[in-house]
Amino acid sequence: MTATLQSDDTLVSVPLHRVAHARAGDKGNRLNVSVMPYDPAAYALLAEQLTEARVLALYAHRNASRVTRYELSLLPAFNFVIDDVLEGGVNGSLNLDGHGKSNSFILLGMEVRVPNKFVRTAPPAT
Amino acid sequence: MENIFRVGNGAGFSGDRVDAAAPVVDTLIEAGGPCALFFETLGERTVALAQLEKRRDPTRGYEPMLERLLEPILVRCAQHGIPIIGNFGAANPPGAAKVIAKLARRLGLPDLKIGVVFGDDVRDRLDTATHEVYEADTGLNMGGGDIVSANAYLSAQPIAAALKAGAQVVITGRTGDPSLALAPLMHHFGWAENDWAKLAIGATAGHLLECGAQITGGYYYDPGFKDIPDPANIGFPIAEVHADGRLIITKAARTGGLVNAQVVKEQLLYEIHDPAHYITPDVTLDFSQVTVKEIGANRVEVSGFRGGPAPQKIKATVCFDGGWMGEGEISYAGPNCLARARAAGEVLLQRLKLRKLDVEARIDLIGTASVHAGDSGAAWRAAVRHEPQDIRVRLAVSARTQDDADQAAREALALYCCGPAGGGGVRWRTTPRIRTQSYLMLPSDLAPGCRVQSATEIDQ
Repeated sequence: MTATLQSDDTLVSVPLHRVAHARAGDKGNRLNVSVMPYDPAAYALLAEQLTEARVLALYAHRNASRVTRYELSLLPAFNFVIDDVLEGGVNGSLNLDGHGKSNSFILLGMEVRVPNKFVRTAPPAT
Repeated sequence: MENIFRVGNGAGFSGDRVDAAAPVVDTLIEAGGPCALFFETLGERTVALAQLEKRRDPTRGYEPMLERLLEPILVRCAQHGIPIIGNFGAANPPGAAKVIAKLARRLGLPDLKIGVVFGDDVRDRLDTATHEVYEADTGLNMGGGDIVSANAYLSAQPIAAALKAGAQVVITGRTGDPSLALAPLMHHFGWAENDWAKLAIGATAGHLLECGAQITGGYYYDPGFKDIPDPANIGFPIAEVHADGRLIITKAARTGGLVNAQVVKEQLLYEIHDPAHYITPDVTLDFSQVTVKEIGANRVEVSGFRGGPAPQKIKATVCFDGGWMGEGEISYAGPNCLARARAAGEVLLQRLKLRKLDVEARIDLIGTASVHAGDSGAAWRAAVRHEPQDIRVRLAVSARTQDDADQAAREALALYCCGPAGGGGVRWRTTPRIRTQSYLMLPSDLAPGCRVQSATEIDQ
């Protein structure tokens, strides 16, 4: 075990999952993924990093054609609408998860760079 | 006494927990004020699957778990004046009414007033050649297929009319999901059908509650990051609507799960596109300025939502016959399982070509690359490191005929004797597929209404 001295403001690279939570919903061949930082103070930093272009690249292997980001600064939250990503949607897809219900965790796998104070750590497994 | 109306939810989809509603009803009775209970069990395709069921047996085509959902709560709701509203009529609301009437008589409620909402089935009124296509559905590959069902999203008004006529249970087919919760609020508070600010309260409550446990910890629970109490016993939600417009989300007492700001935010944006324009049949909602506030244990107040005029046109979803899906699965485990599983995948794809089956195919290596992977197969072919202990190979095909889908799926079965070493646990099946396309109709295209009769009148 290594003891590292990190101040709260040290920048670290972590999966988005450690900084925010998310939920996926579908309508036809369109997916929406909402993203909410655990700490509202992280919202502005995430706004810089969770760009439409980066999110589109994350879903490129699913043939996503377009990403629109809506900002709800009061909640705060982002809502990403990702077009044509469900390879036919629940009705046409051959994917086991035709709804795309698991797909919020694609976005939660994105690397983000944030101050250590925004990073959540899961308790050790028992 | 403060004028509060409570709306509880007893199911969020067809397939939801059938024991969820009882604690909600207990809590509503303990609270003592006016209230209602609603069930949302009709997904976009559920109505088409129900229509297929009705073709096989004209007495069916309603929610298959209807009796299991209602039996635990029907008597207490009737005794305490709690109306029950549900879209569990699916493709056959009159058929559902007969089932509920029989159940009511068996439970000693021969006078139970049952309302049936009609007019959502628009197969005779919608012309796919001339009605406008709903824009969000572009990009779907429709192919050609026979129409299985066509249903318009009705508003809360026919439900509210049934309640006004004394219905204790209201059965609908397709309506706006939020309308199921909005209707009893309109009825109780006497909201006008164009009072957008008031309708927004009820439609927002309905939107937040219509997926049941998704606002009380289901689809949220992420161990270590988002923990919830007693996840096997999640309490279903209740919305408290105050006469002054306050909206508070809470849940059934003495249950697991939770209502906190995080889970309410997640559900607020569930299946939403532009948060400033969320269209329901009754009111257009603007969530762009919403705030949520924890005001007590499992109590969250939602405010800042706004309402605008209902859409001029009514959405109707048409379900088409979409051919068949075939699936076959086989497991490999232990040393070299990744290589054996990948080989099985390649063999399956070669077999489909050799047999000239008219199918589109996809391979998954469950445990390595599946739900997050694309159809191209790049992910499972690239999976060469980090061998897991256990992999399940899945072949999925789409086909025009059930026979082609079945023959393709059976290639996974043949791997028992013909495939890589140690393959076991094959399962295979075929399922009919439904394709959907939504259209826009004019209010004058529709003739919705309701009919209220007693259990004895219905079940003669």
